[in-house]
Amino acid sequence: MTVADVGRVVEGTEDEPPRRPRRRSGWATGYLLLLPGLLWLVLFFAVPTIQLVATSLYDQAGSLDTGYAMTWSFGNYLDALSTYRQPFLRSLMYATVATVAALLLAYPLAYAIAFKAGRFKNLMLVLVIAPFFTSFLVRTLAWKSILSDNGFIVQTLQTIGILGPDGRLLATSVAVVTGLTYNFLPFMVLPLYASLEKIDPRLMEAGKDLYANGFTSFRKITLPLSMPGVVAGTLLTFIPSAGDYINSELLGTPQQYMIGNVIDNTFLVQLNYPIAAACSVILMIVIVIMVLVYVRRAGTEELV
Amino acid sequence: MTASHAASDASGADLALSSVTKRFGSFTAVDDLDLLVGRGQFFALLGPSGCGKTTTLRMVAGLEEPTAGRIDLAGKDITRLKPYKRPVNTVFQNYALFPHLNIFENVAFGLRRRGVKDVKGQVQDMLDLVELSSYGGRRPGQLSGGQQQRVALARALINRPQVLLLDEPLGALDLKLRRQMQIELKRIQTEVGITFIHVTHDQEEAMTMADTIAVMNEGVIEQMGGPTELYDNPATTFVSNFLGQSNLVAGEVLGQSGHELVVAVEGSKLGVPMDRARSTSGAVWVGVRPEKVFLAASGTETEDNDNVLRGAVVTDVSFIGVSTQYLVRMPWSQELTVFEQNTGARESFRPGDAVDLHWMAAHTFVLDAAQDAHAGDETYDADLAPAGAGT
Ligand SMILES: Nc1ncnc2c1ncn2[C@@H]1O[C@H](COP(=O)(O)OP(=O)(O)O)[C@@H](O)[C@H]1O
Ligand SMILES: [Mg+2]
Repeated sequence: MTVADVGRVVEGTEDEPPRRPRRRSGWATGYLLLLPGLLWLVLFFAVPTIQLVATSLYDQAGSLDTGYAMTWSFGNYLDALSTYRQPFLRSLMYATVATVAALLLAYPLAYAIAFKAGRFKNLMLVLVIAPFFTSFLVRTLAWKSILSDNGFIVQTLQTIGILGPDGRLLATSVAVVTGLTYNFLPFMVLPLYASLEKIDPRLMEAGKDLYANGFTSFRKITLPLSMPGVVAGTLLTFIPSAGDYINSELLGTPQQYMIGNVIDNTFLVQLNYPIAAACSVILMIVIVIMVLVYVRRAGTEELV
Repeated sequence: MTASHAASDASGADLALSSVTKRFGSFTAVDDLDLLVGRGQFFALLGPSGCGKTTTLRMVAGLEEPTAGRIDLAGKDITRLKPYKRPVNTVFQNYALFPHLNIFENVAFGLRRRGVKDVKGQVQDMLDLVELSSYGGRRPGQLSGGQQQRVALARALINRPQVLLLDEPLGALDLKLRRQMQIELKRIQTEVGITFIHVTHDQEEAMTMADTIAVMNEGVIEQMGGPTELYDNPATTFVSNFLGQSNLVAGEVLGQSGHELVVAVEGSKLGVPMDRARSTSGAVWVGVRPEKVFLAASGTETEDNDNVLRGAVVTDVSFIGVSTQYLVRMPWSQELTVFEQNTGARESFRPGDAVDLHWMAAHTFVLDAAQDAHAGDETYDADLAPAGAGT
């Protein structure tokens, strides 16, 4: 029982697997198109980064007035790590919790917009982006009053006994994580929506036809196919969350300060440029390593 | 319309649709449909695009719920059963292969969901069957259309469903490949003995592959039967035009003589076997297939029991190798088509030649004149037709 005869002929016909289009001409156009972006990157990313790394190796004994000496002080990194270990770990933890929370909130939302919204699709997308019409700062200040001690939410939670009589939300880790989750939610929703929307609903029908119930179809078909969106969304949420200092500043206390607050403070109040720079470089390296490991584990190369 | 409705008793039938209707809003896609499909049959659902074939299949698969009616499989009511609980699998029109899984996992999908043991062995056997044994590790995107089609078939077939639904499975393939796959599908069906319901709009495909064909039009089954029965004895003008070609001329029933119905057509008397007459009084369409008709030089003597129409003029001759296709204009200015085999034994004609048409009375059929003579004729364009044609 084979289809050998057919199989052989099949290979000989025009019916061949798709090949990647090969383009020989037009390479110059490609580089020309890259040029403005490259210039921008060199000017506003590469140069400042090199400057930052250099600053992190200056002698701490210098000051803005007297100038800094380049002494290759790698010890700055040990100083930064030992002094600010707490805010570092707190940043990573807050960002992780906020990212997970945003993912859990955004996935059903993006799913509903992609598959269930019908003619309300565009309206819902606009609503997702609507918060961007007001500034980040104003919205976070709004959260400050929403979560305040005599605000509606705290009062309600106290009445039903979830919060004690002296319990509060403002100035706690919960408030900071809530703020982070809220502020970066659209960055989670949009990539998730984009990758869910691309999925052919007929694949889910094929899943059902092949004995997968709704949940299994989701787990085996929809979720894997939306992984590019999950990866993009979590990165777009995690990276800015880890470096954020507004939410912890406005919704927290120094007990909730994140590494962003430390960098802000060491640069602008303590004027300790080498340590501030070292903190920035450490944050950058940690994020790059985590992202690399994460993208590897999620195996998105095969999906996109 | 004389749609042949299937008997409602389901004995021996694998699949029975009874009075199934599907509406989308106010639009009726499938209209009070009855269908019986016997166990192990290769059943074709044939009809033009948009006639409701896919909708019918989707209701059998459970992907669409009928507005009314019921569906039974092996005597069990499955009308409202979830698709993943039905012993039915589908080869989708666009294949719908899972792009994130390799070929092996695509084919293994159904087995894994049902917790079957020996997945590896079964998948390998199935890949052997469709001649893709060495492709297990590839992604669907890396395969050609024909290969993807075979993966889709393997993915459905491996579950040994009671009924396999194929929705225009060969539609995306080029002609040569399609012919090969038709033969292959037919052979696989014979080997596995599973009931196949094959949806197609290609009448040739339906006739070469199926044991039974149901011709569908605008949500209803026009006629159901074996390929030869449908071709030789069409029940409606739609079937007579959609399955091959037909010459239909207007006539008036004169009466009955022995086993024949006698019909007057533009001054000639034509005989039609009673069992091929779908209407036995008043105005009718008298039909004959183009290849059943012979041309003779005007005035030639013909056999006693032949039907004859005289006074035609050849207007067009197309030589197509095995046969020659003639267009002839009748005295009442209708154009008829005649195919003559190029056996070399008969004379050929040129445009302008005066000819008579004759054919065996047994090859004539009669249809109710209440129908449009051009129903199902995909080449007919009312705006381009010469005045008086077919009326
Ligand atoms: N989900 C739907 N909503 C509205 N109309 C539909 C839907 N599915 C099919 N139809 C309509 O029903 C008719 C039959 O469609 P279909 O069964 O796909 O035809 P076929 O497969 O024979 O080409 C078409 O006119 C189509 O537009
Ligand atoms: Mg269809």
